[in-house]
Amino acid sequence: MLRAAFLIPLFPFLGFLVLVPFGRRLGNPLAGWLATIMVACSFLTTIVVFAGLFRLAPDHRLYVQTWYSWISVDRFRVNADLLIDPLSMTMAAFVTGVSALIHLYSIGYMEHDEQFAKFFLYMNLFVSSMLILVLSGNFLLTFLGWEGVGVCSYFLISFWFSRPSAASAGKKAMIYNRIGDAGFLVAMFLIFERTGSLEYQTVFARLSHVGTPSLTAIALLLFLGAVGKSAQLPLYPWLADAMEGPTPVSALIHAATMVTAGVYLMCRINPILFRAPDAAHVIAIVGAATALLGATIACAQDDIKKILAYSTISQLGYMFLAAGIGAYTAAIFLMLTHAFYKALLFLGAGSVIHAMNDEQDTKRFGALRRAMPITAVTFLIGWLAIGGVPVLAGFWSKGDVLMNAWKNNSGLYIVGAVTAVLTAYYLGRAYMLTFTGQQRWVEARQSGGPQLHPHDPRWVMSVPLVVLAGLSVVAGLINLPFSHWDLLARWLTPVVGAHMFHPHFTTAQQWYFALADLLFAALGVAVAVSLWRGTAERPAAEPTVLRRAWYIDWAYDRLLARGSTELAEVTALDVETRTIDGAVNGVGALFRSSARVLRKVQTGYVRNYALGLMAGLVLVLAYVVSRTV
Amino acid sequence: MSVNASWYLTLAAVLFTIGAVGLLVRRNVLVMFMCVELMLNAANLTFVTFARTLNDIGGQSEVFFVLVVAAAEVVVGLGIIVAIFRRRVGATADDIHNLKG
Repeated sequence: MLRAAFLIPLFPFLGFLVLVPFGRRLGNPLAGWLATIMVACSFLTTIVVFAGLFRLAPDHRLYVQTWYSWISVDRFRVNADLLIDPLSMTMAAFVTGVSALIHLYSIGYMEHDEQFAKFFLYMNLFVSSMLILVLSGNFLLTFLGWEGVGVCSYFLISFWFSRPSAASAGKKAMIYNRIGDAGFLVAMFLIFERTGSLEYQTVFARLSHVGTPSLTAIALLLFLGAVGKSAQLPLYPWLADAMEGPTPVSALIHAATMVTAGVYLMCRINPILFRAPDAAHVIAIVGAATALLGATIACAQDDIKKILAYSTISQLGYMFLAAGIGAYTAAIFLMLTHAFYKALLFLGAGSVIHAMNDEQDTKRFGALRRAMPITAVTFLIGWLAIGGVPVLAGFWSKGDVLMNAWKNNSGLYIVGAVTAVLTAYYLGRAYMLTFTGQQRWVEARQSGGPQLHPHDPRWVMSVPLVVLAGLSVVAGLINLPFSHWDLLARWLTPVVGAHMFHPHFTTAQQWYFALADLLFAALGVAVAVSLWRGTAERPAAEPTVLRRAWYIDWAYDRLLARGSTELAEVTALDVETRTIDGAVNGVGALFRSSARVLRKVQTGYVRNYALGLMAGLVLVLAYVVSRTV
Repeated sequence: MSVNASWYLTLAAVLFTIGAVGLLVRRNVLVMFMCVELMLNAANLTFVTFARTLNDIGGQSEVFFVLVVAAAEVVVGLGIIVAIFRRRVGATADDIHNLKG
């Protein structure tokens, strides 16, 4: 059953290959169904391989499938191989599962779009790249997938490229990711230089021969790559702008899967982080800082997708916090549950945006609960799940991270706790503004706009909502903090167990932590409900500094973007036109002026030429005669 | 009185000079052309003279090559001259200076 592993990334790639020439002909909705079925096939294959892996003894749950020798130059050998182990299969399972649901949703969401087939072509290519990233057995193939998802992200952010904001958001994402990718590349050079290999298994086996400074450098450089891809401080602003893409894209790429690739990479290199504790510490601190920063900004945004984007940044910070302190299981657990409820929230937001005729401002929503009951209920579940309300998924996963953080460093715990309260608050605000209160969209549209009749979307869109809502409720079951119920932790032990942070808690302590988590969630929910019930105007709760995202984007623009633009203008004028063009034009002018003199020689009279010939003859003769005499 | 080689060489030099001066001073294309032929044949005469003097057949055979090339050159040159006559009256070389720089 394990041998079927190569089919997992192949199915979506096949979909891509078919859609490139035939997508337009298949049209709407056939192209969408093809793409969805391909991803669903991939999901089913993943389940089969997963089951095959599960039947093996825990210590033997490792299978490397080599396709072919990819690069072989002297000592530098890289195979195209897949690494099937509990970590990669966990990732593959939720990536394909969530992708299939979001593809299904997209059939409804994109039905009026003229570029319907192109959308699914990119989506399939994305899923294929993501699976290569996750399943790869070496750094280089992971990097291939890493760049593949990056380019698909660019295509899909700029999907409506005729809008200038979408085009520039795509470029922004690309440029921020370049910074991170440079780190990844240099890390690979260093890894190969120190260990002579890029295969995960070989590299990890040779780590004892590598000094701690090198390992710290490798870990930090790979973390730089992860910071770019997963939108952490200081490379996070692109994710907020990435919301220019269609909402299913935001749900799939910029919430559930691609942005978690950085966390996955950190978990994958856990043997390196174990030997480079300083780097791990940096990761935890950056993660905690990002978690708090993202959460504070999300509290004051009006655009529903911006709220969710900053929430994603914050939750990713949480995952890095977990990975940095060595709580890899907690990081993966949070990543899984987050994929469910954040995809759910984005898809719910997509339904609302769809019903509101592409309006995204929560201040112009309101009272949609009656008009859109399914969306409202599922969004409510998503809010409570991410807020950490027992017994939904977020309660268990966030609690797991917080408990580990407490044992590692109480400062990290406090930051995590504040973030947890804010998380429950800002999504509560989004829920209250969207689904309760006055029907603000009625008055907004009375000034000449089209009449709106918001309603729940058709089944292709509501089925994914319901399924994801169900998963957001029960996903906690895979890793309950009771003995014999920590299924995910035991499943991941062969990969991360040896290098994991293993705090011990008494049952009483666990209850205290659970109570504290409940308190945080309840506090956030209560504040959100009391502040935003029946009103949409509370300037005191939305300080300008938070609305403007701490002015960080503005500062980047002033300090870096303006500076480089001015530098470019100087070089364009002085260096390019005056120096380089001047040199080229100068050579031309030189030949022109010398030719103006020399052309006088060409008189056009035959006798002049004949005289020249004679003169030459005389000269040659004179020379010969002078030599012989 | 035997005619020794220097007479022939002197004759060749005289012919060559007549040809060269003629080429330079005449304006009629046809005459200039004949002057070129004169120079070529002056060269031929020196070849034959030296072949006789040095008892080497090489010089005489070289003359055949020159004659062949000269014949070919006459074909091309006369062709050009005929073409010029067709387009304009007279064949004064100085009137044809379209390639003036």
